[in-house]
Amino acid sequence: MNPDDRYYHSEHEWVKIDDDGLAVIGITDFAQQQLGEIVFVELPEVGSTLTAGQVYGEVESVKSVSELYAPVTGQVTQVNSILSDFPETVNAEPYGEGWIVKVRMSDTRVLDSLMTSAQYSTHIGEE
Amino acid sequence: MNAEAARTPLFDEHVALGAQMTEFAGYLMPMQYIGIKQEHLAVREGCGIFDLCHMAQLRVFGTSAFDFLQYLMTNDLSRLSVPGMAQYTLICDDDAGIIDDVIVYRTGEIEYLLVANAINRRVVFDWANMIRDRWSTHQPCGESAPRQGIDLEIVDETDRTGLIALQGPLAIPLVEQMMPEGADIPTRFKILATTIGPTPVLLSRTGYTGEDGVEIFTHASNTAAIWRYLLSFPEISPCGLGSRDTLRLEMGYHLYGSDMDRGVDPISARLGWICPADKPDFVGSDAIRRIREQEDHRVLVFFTADDAIPRPGMSLSANGVEIGHVASGTYSPSLCVGIASGYVPTGYSRPGQKLDLQVRRKQVSVVVVDPPFVQGTSL
Repeated sequence: MNPDDRYYHSEHEWVKIDDDGLAVIGITDFAQQQLGEIVFVELPEVGSTLTAGQVYGEVESVKSVSELYAPVTGQVTQVNSILSDFPETVNAEPYGEGWIVKVRMSDTRVLDSLMTSAQYSTHIGEE
Repeated sequence: MNAEAARTPLFDEHVALGAQMTEFAGYLMPMQYIGIKQEHLAVREGCGIFDLCHMAQLRVFGTSAFDFLQYLMTNDLSRLSVPGMAQYTLICDDDAGIIDDVIVYRTGEIEYLLVANAINRRVVFDWANMIRDRWSTHQPCGESAPRQGIDLEIVDETDRTGLIALQGPLAIPLVEQMMPEGADIPTRFKILATTIGPTPVLLSRTGYTGEDGVEIFTHASNTAAIWRYLLSFPEISPCGLGSRDTLRLEMGYHLYGSDMDRGVDPISARLGWICPADKPDFVGSDAIRRIREQEDHRVLVFFTADDAIPRPGMSLSANGVEIGHVASGTYSPSLCVGIASGYVPTGYSRPGQKLDLQVRRKQVSVVVVDPPFVQGTSL
């Protein structure tokens, strides 16, 4: 269910390294299911810095607000502006069109601390 | 979840439908079935049903019922000139603090049904009985002398009554199909006895969604059968408390506990229209008259937020000074923006007034508007 081509963070974020070496970040299918219908995504500014483990944005459903935790450290090069008008894309395609930000990582070693899809599946199974 | 929480007669139906259940006012209630947004839009575009069995129902009966209720409640009960009429009204304390907002139905010549908020069931029942004791020695001229020949019963009928709301532009055409051929459908704020399918009910043309529709009163033991019968119509969607809240806020309808409470008076809550100035001598009337004459007080405003979703408790400010807090706030599925209410000084209450809303770490600009947020509903 969770694709094997990316890394997973315990706070239900995924990171995929694209062809340009950028870290594409989104939330997992498990996370979007827990949140329910997403109606608002608070995106960071392009050029701002994300710090691994720190809050970088928010997703809101009708009833609740959840913080987004950065799985890596680096500078934001692009945000998924589709989400401003169609936040429900995160529900529909959490691993595809529903990505949230692209980041130029300052240190790729942080990836070693993240989980594989198999480890993440165990992680959510245990929760 | 509290294991002691009460269940409505529809609890098993909700579970069978896969509802996400939540505790509300001591009851286990459905928050949503498939999603708040979808259920909301089902009511705006088609037809939805809501379990309202948790709502408090008090029956007030007897030849003294009219005089007593006219003293207990703010609106003018004499407007319900014949059985079958209903009105929105308030119960206030002596300082004009709002104890509850209720719909009162005249269900007979000398019988009234009060539908109150679930969280206030006990409060309203106890308050009504306390006021009954006072009223029984109270005379309109202010003298204290026992009334003669009081005939009055106040009965809590909540547990033996079921209540389901059917709301949406398709609600009335659908109800017509469910009723005996040629049977009358009540007009707005009217109630009448009829049958839905095979089941005897009281059918009321009221609601809390801004759409046309009915509320169906029946015996608790018939409620599940009616619920299933309603869901046998493919146009009808089950809807939870989540969409009930977004639907009512889009219309600027008040929610007790969020938009008003014992600490708020009807004038500040913009409910002066159900406290007629020419009605004499009811509980809270002196205080309401005094507040009406004041120029400055806090007042409930409604506002939209384009770039954020207002949540209850968030701070509102103007020119860098905090002037109030969000009372109700949510996302509007019809408008796709944030909508909210809050109390601010009257000087900041005019439509078009810009206010600053503190949304966690950032501040966004919001604009005061006249409710309803959503126009052109089926109502």
